[in-house]
Amino acid sequence: MSIVTKKDFVMVRESAGAADSIVRPSESFVKSVMRKMRTNKAAVVTFSYIILVTALAIIAPLVSRYEFDMTNIMDGNKGPSSLHWFGTDAVGRDMWTRIWVGARVSLTIGLFGSIIPEILGIIIGGIAGYFGGVIDSVTMRIIDVGVCIPSLVYITMLMLFLGGGPVTIIAALAMVGWMGPARNVRGRVMQFKNREFVLATKTLGGSTGRLIFKNIMPNIMGQLVVNITSGIPAAIFMEAYLSFIGMGVQSPMTSWGQLSQAGAAVFRIYPYQLLFPGVIISVTILMFYIFGNCLRDALDPKLSN
Amino acid sequence: MKKYILRRVIISIVTIWLIVTISFFLVHVLPGNPIAVNSGKILSTETLDKLTEYYGLDRPLSEQYLIYMKNLLHGNLGYSYKYAGQTVNGIIAKTFPVSAQLGLQAYLISIPLGFLFGIIAAKRRGKTVDYLLVGFSALGVSVPVFIVAALLQLIFAVELKWFPVSLWKGFSYTILPTLTLALGSIAGRTRSMRTLMLEIVNEDYVKTAKAKGLSKAVIVWRHQIKNAVIPMIPMMGMELVGILMGSFVVENIFAIPGIGSYFVTSVQALDYTMILGLTVFLGVFVVIANFIVDIIYGVIDPRIRVTK
Repeated sequence: MSIVTKKDFVMVRESAGAADSIVRPSESFVKSVMRKMRTNKAAVVTFSYIILVTALAIIAPLVSRYEFDMTNIMDGNKGPSSLHWFGTDAVGRDMWTRIWVGARVSLTIGLFGSIIPEILGIIIGGIAGYFGGVIDSVTMRIIDVGVCIPSLVYITMLMLFLGGGPVTIIAALAMVGWMGPARNVRGRVMQFKNREFVLATKTLGGSTGRLIFKNIMPNIMGQLVVNITSGIPAAIFMEAYLSFIGMGVQSPMTSWGQLSQAGAAVFRIYPYQLLFPGVIISVTILMFYIFGNCLRDALDPKLSN
Repeated sequence: MKKYILRRVIISIVTIWLIVTISFFLVHVLPGNPIAVNSGKILSTETLDKLTEYYGLDRPLSEQYLIYMKNLLHGNLGYSYKYAGQTVNGIIAKTFPVSAQLGLQAYLISIPLGFLFGIIAAKRRGKTVDYLLVGFSALGVSVPVFIVAALLQLIFAVELKWFPVSLWKGFSYTILPTLTLALGSIAGRTRSMRTLMLEIVNEDYVKTAKAKGLSKAVIVWRHQIKNAVIPMIPMMGMELVGILMGSFVVENIFAIPGIGSYFVTSVQALDYTMILGLTVFLGVFVVIANFIVDIIYGVIDPRIRVTK
């Protein structure tokens, strides 16, 4: 046991900046989110999966020996083999190729079916919230009525007009999906409209555009990114669901929903025809869902603890 | 409160009128002749004209609209084009109870289980039980309902032969479709309940309750569970409506003669009166349910009345 005496202490040179340098370097919001995402194992795994699926969707059909709509009756309903990795369907089309062509359709619907309604919602909700008054009450009444109409009605009408297909599904998602975000954004805009920093911009003569894009938008960006991410699996789900009941993508064109629908018809005899598309849809939705949760946690400082 | 209810009543009536009007005109500007499509035979011009006259399709659209509205006020939704001689009312009366029974069974299973799982997961946060339940709920919301249905059919009907594969002939036929429908909502409710419970743990009133020395059971029951349930009420109302109206996919897979499967067939067959009738029926149902949920919510949570 040594005794600590006064001479054991060495005087550290005093510096004015010492207190400051202990603080970690300041980090922009985007950087902090990126850091949180990189250090989160779940986020890294799910993001890698998403990249992998996207890459396969782009590349796999290009390098495949088969065309997705190339039929070969002699080779119908063959189980997985070295020739056909995921087997063939009733008319001998290669399932592996069809799944990745289907992935293109499903992922595209997922992306646009999530982004378009969100953007529509922001524009409409933003206008309603920012200008208020008559515009606001009319918009809100339209939404009150709109959300009461069952979504299948919109989809049915659109399908009868446009015919089934990816565009119809995206249009239907946009028609149903803008109302929630619009309500949300309107609330946020109204909340921020009267805050001090907005008032300051107004006082200093900032333009309306500056107010919207510099003051209000950054405050709702986080929510927006989270909504879009969680909207992707919802849109993929919707496509699968619609194609399954025969209102979406139809053969020979394909999508994950269409493949499941075709697979479900024969799954008691050839289970693999439902299994492969089913597993891929489920895993993809799960991965997007977990990724969305990670992103939400990273963006919301309140939730990170 | 009276003013609040009156406001909701007016909004509901306007909504119903709009749904009917919009759907009516949309259906009537759709391309194709419903009679020619649904007869299944090639008709002579004469027969076609007779049928067109019979269904009143030769009159001007505005007149058709007035007739439709007048009939609707008497609760009459007209005749189906596809199912000759059957009224839309008759088909709804036949199919809706089937969907409603299926939906109600699923709902009654999912409510207690969803809440229970959510509460357990929140109370055992970070423990194995929590991970299992969170995993289950993540899977439950990610796996499409047709996969769940197919798997349940394959395991319990085809392999184990515990339950019939499909059709609707008695209670044992309802079990697999009920489970299929219930799994998704149990998963969803577990997740929301867990999140809400965890948010509430940090609220000031919970800290106050702890500081007052209230017992753990009282805090959990009176302060946490009750407050976590309130935000879930509107969701539960909407869910009940959705689930009662039938699931197109589940009814399709299990060959159940419910309202959902009729909706899909009538869309595929361009049976316009059926599409319109079912849309109006479902729309009115949703509006009324929304109305009731709003009122209940207003009664339970007084803050709503004040702010709206």
